[in-house]
Amino acid sequence: MSDTTTARPADALRADDTPPEQTSSGTVRRVGGVTGWVDDRTGGAKGVNYLLRKVFPDHWSFMLGEIAMYSLIICLITGAFLTFWFVPSMGLITYDGSYVPMQGVLMSEAYASTLHISFDIKGGLLIRQMHHWAALMFIAAITVHMLRVFFTGAFRKPRELNWVIGTVLALLAIIEGFAGYSLPDDLLSGTGLRATQGFILTVPVVGSYIAFALFGGDFPGELIIPRLYAVHVLLLPAILVGLFIVHIVMVAVNKHTQYPGPGKTNDNVVGYRVMPVYAAKAGGFFFLVFGVTALLAAVAQINAVWVHGPYDPSAVTAGAQPDWYMWFSDGALRLLPGWLEFVVFGFTFSLNIALGSIVLLPLIYVVLGIYPFVERWVTGDTREHHLLDRPRNAPVRTGLGMAAITFYTILALACVNDIIAIKTGMSINDLTNTFRVSLFLLPPLVFWITKRIALSLQRRDRDTVLHGRETGIVIRTPDGRFYERHEPLDEYTRWKLVSFESHAPLELEPATDANGVARKGARKDRVRAALSRFYFTDRVEPVTPAELAAAHHHGEEHEQLEVPAVATEQRITSGQH
Amino acid sequence: MADANHPSDYDADAYEREVGTAVSLDTGDHVGDGGLPERFENPGLPAHQPRMADLDDGAAKRAERQVATLFGISVVGTLGFLVAYFAVPTDARMFFPGLGDVSTSNFLLGVTLALSLLGIGAGAIHWAKTLMPDVEEIELRHPMRSAPEDREKFGDIVLGGGETAQLTRRPLLKYSMGGALGLFAIPLLVQLVGSLGPFDQPFRRLATTFWDGHEVDGDGNPIFVRPRLMRDPQNTPVRPEEVPIGSVFHIQPEGLLDLESHILEEKAKASVVLMRLNPSDFVSEKARDWGYEGIVAYSKICTHVGCPVGLYEQHTHHLLCPCHQSTFDVTDDCKVIFGPAKRALPQLKITVDDEGYLVADQPFQEPVGPSFWERERL
Repeated sequence: MSDTTTARPADALRADDTPPEQTSSGTVRRVGGVTGWVDDRTGGAKGVNYLLRKVFPDHWSFMLGEIAMYSLIICLITGAFLTFWFVPSMGLITYDGSYVPMQGVLMSEAYASTLHISFDIKGGLLIRQMHHWAALMFIAAITVHMLRVFFTGAFRKPRELNWVIGTVLALLAIIEGFAGYSLPDDLLSGTGLRATQGFILTVPVVGSYIAFALFGGDFPGELIIPRLYAVHVLLLPAILVGLFIVHIVMVAVNKHTQYPGPGKTNDNVVGYRVMPVYAAKAGGFFFLVFGVTALLAAVAQINAVWVHGPYDPSAVTAGAQPDWYMWFSDGALRLLPGWLEFVVFGFTFSLNIALGSIVLLPLIYVVLGIYPFVERWVTGDTREHHLLDRPRNAPVRTGLGMAAITFYTILALACVNDIIAIKTGMSINDLTNTFRVSLFLLPPLVFWITKRIALSLQRRDRDTVLHGRETGIVIRTPDGRFYERHEPLDEYTRWKLVSFESHAPLELEPATDANGVARKGARKDRVRAALSRFYFTDRVEPVTPAELAAAHHHGEEHEQLEVPAVATEQRITSGQH
Repeated sequence: MADANHPSDYDADAYEREVGTAVSLDTGDHVGDGGLPERFENPGLPAHQPRMADLDDGAAKRAERQVATLFGISVVGTLGFLVAYFAVPTDARMFFPGLGDVSTSNFLLGVTLALSLLGIGAGAIHWAKTLMPDVEEIELRHPMRSAPEDREKFGDIVLGGGETAQLTRRPLLKYSMGGALGLFAIPLLVQLVGSLGPFDQPFRRLATTFWDGHEVDGDGNPIFVRPRLMRDPQNTPVRPEEVPIGSVFHIQPEGLLDLESHILEEKAKASVVLMRLNPSDFVSEKARDWGYEGIVAYSKICTHVGCPVGLYEQHTHHLLCPCHQSTFDVTDDCKVIFGPAKRALPQLKITVDDEGYLVADQPFQEPVGPSFWERERL
């Protein structure tokens, strides 16, 4: 402060400076002098104020993305711990640690250090198991979060960009997971790498070159673990964290979507402010996820790497499955028949392997990534959407989603066909053939069933709005008829059921103009109109006030014992249309 | 229409009226011909319902105590973790109902850490739900796109920047810069990709195994020495009389298990499975001829993606790969009878040497393991 220093002649140079404004209330001093110090140097108060005052809508399904975010943070924390003991080397040593069954066995340093973490480092097993559990939760949460976003239409404009980023995150997450569980170099993970080399070899023309590039020569070589380690702890985490920050910032910029309901519009966000409610809830939720991870690591053993011993290319164990998120790909490999491999001009095409691995994996994420753009093209809807769809109000989208889940699930189940066969005593050949057929039959069937269910639910909503809630009160009229009294819905409940849009199919303009000249883009429009019909031909409109009024006329005379003449007349008229 | 008066009856006519009005492609949305009837009004937020803790000071006090208790549990968990860390040795085991035999240290550390974390989480959330404001607030949204003048300005700045840098006036600058920027990453990529290798015809190395011979002649070609079949892991040679019908042996070529380095790379190609069948069981003439008195040797590396074909079914004479269930019929030259593999397992022709041990009569006549592009060309 200036009163402690003597005035100097040079002070005159700064005499024209604007003196700093002083806050009068003293709250800055109360929240801590440090914040004032930081603000003097960053001017951050305004931006932080904005963030702390931000409103977030509340719904359980919005926590799914949060679980993914927190699991990622837990993976980063526990992963950093593990790097202090893990040795990413394939150099062979003789194990002399405290796990008796492996003493004297020749193994890689990677595997030996994983055993060291599991048996000799105090709490090492806990951290390792937390890391693995958090990774599984991360990918599971991403998947369910993605389904939530899909089924509620949250990917629509302006969030297509964030959907694409999310899709990339989901793909990178499973690659990161795969790289991670390959690191211990135990029998299971080595077998996974062996299969991976088999996939890569099927790349046309350059397959053997790519395989040699990745493995540094023959399989397994001594480089793949150190390379995967660099990918797992540095490269992919950097990209994951970077994209994840963009993902979160985009959520803040776009503001969170909300479910339709009373008071909620496309132009507002209804919910709680970050300070204090959301900070407490979200912050608390982080600790819950962290705690559940710790509890799982304490009571549920995962990836017991010591059971099958170090990797040996000539040894294998029955019931070899990758982590769950790779099941679909491994399952596809089990279903694809051998005749898909053929030789043309002496060159080998192994589609029986390539289709289930190097094609399927990227294909799924490309299809996911482009879906919003396809739907936008079909609907021709270029408006912003901040209110979510109830899945029933988008029957075809919901049906497509369910069909995709079915397809994915059959592939994933095919990966555990040996386990199912053992547990149920079925023939593994019959089981595999059943999966092969189901893969083509079930998705369309599930699509059709889901669409019908969604439409029926919409009709029931209409019915509830038009005729009210069933009260269970049966009334007998003087002329001896019985009916159940229906309670009209209150306006808040009704709004949930009527506040949706029902798209009509796009109408095709004539392919030729009045002079018979072909219109530009007519063929493209035909495809678009056909897709639009596929999406929107079967649809249910929300109830309008006029319809509700008409329905009341139908119903009301039951409650009136003496029907006035006018009402009777109206009833007859309405009965005629 | 007697039922038309029933309150729950569905107004099919009114529904029909609304369905089927198509709109043109250009209008995009369903609001097409203006014939849409008016819609319901958004009733606005329902009135706020106060909670117990808002109305009753006793309830609020109770909530406060509950939150404090949860935070207290967290502190107990934290202290418990420290006690477990310093008091419990790593190798201690204990029995826990439902879990069986578990590591005491892992169990106690995990449970106490979980308490420490869950206490904080549950406390904070309970606090938020009972005592923090629960009146929903409204924030307005604005369209994502910038105001038209800002977009205009952006275009001006970008184009103007190019203008003032004389980019438009001097195309040579534009094209030379484009070329330089387009090419500068190539050296880095070449260094990375080019040095990953080795790239000297890797497919040839996929096609040779330790059975071809470990020593090379002057031209670098391996010298075949009729290696003995050695049991893995005992590393002992095998006599035919030691192989009873129905038995199965894991075999490596003589010398492989004595290697000082690259033992796994050789095993990944050279592993062999040895079985003895009744000679009359064979369907394939070649399978029997390449064997010795019903003893046959096949590559253990699956022709699908390279897992070891580890399961032998004695009574059916089937070899099964546990990874993707490719099934090979040993009586019929290990042809694929089920599963995703296409090709039969390569057979190793065997005989006995002067001392009566099983040896390879020739190396594998085709590449072992998974398919690759150049496989049939070698």
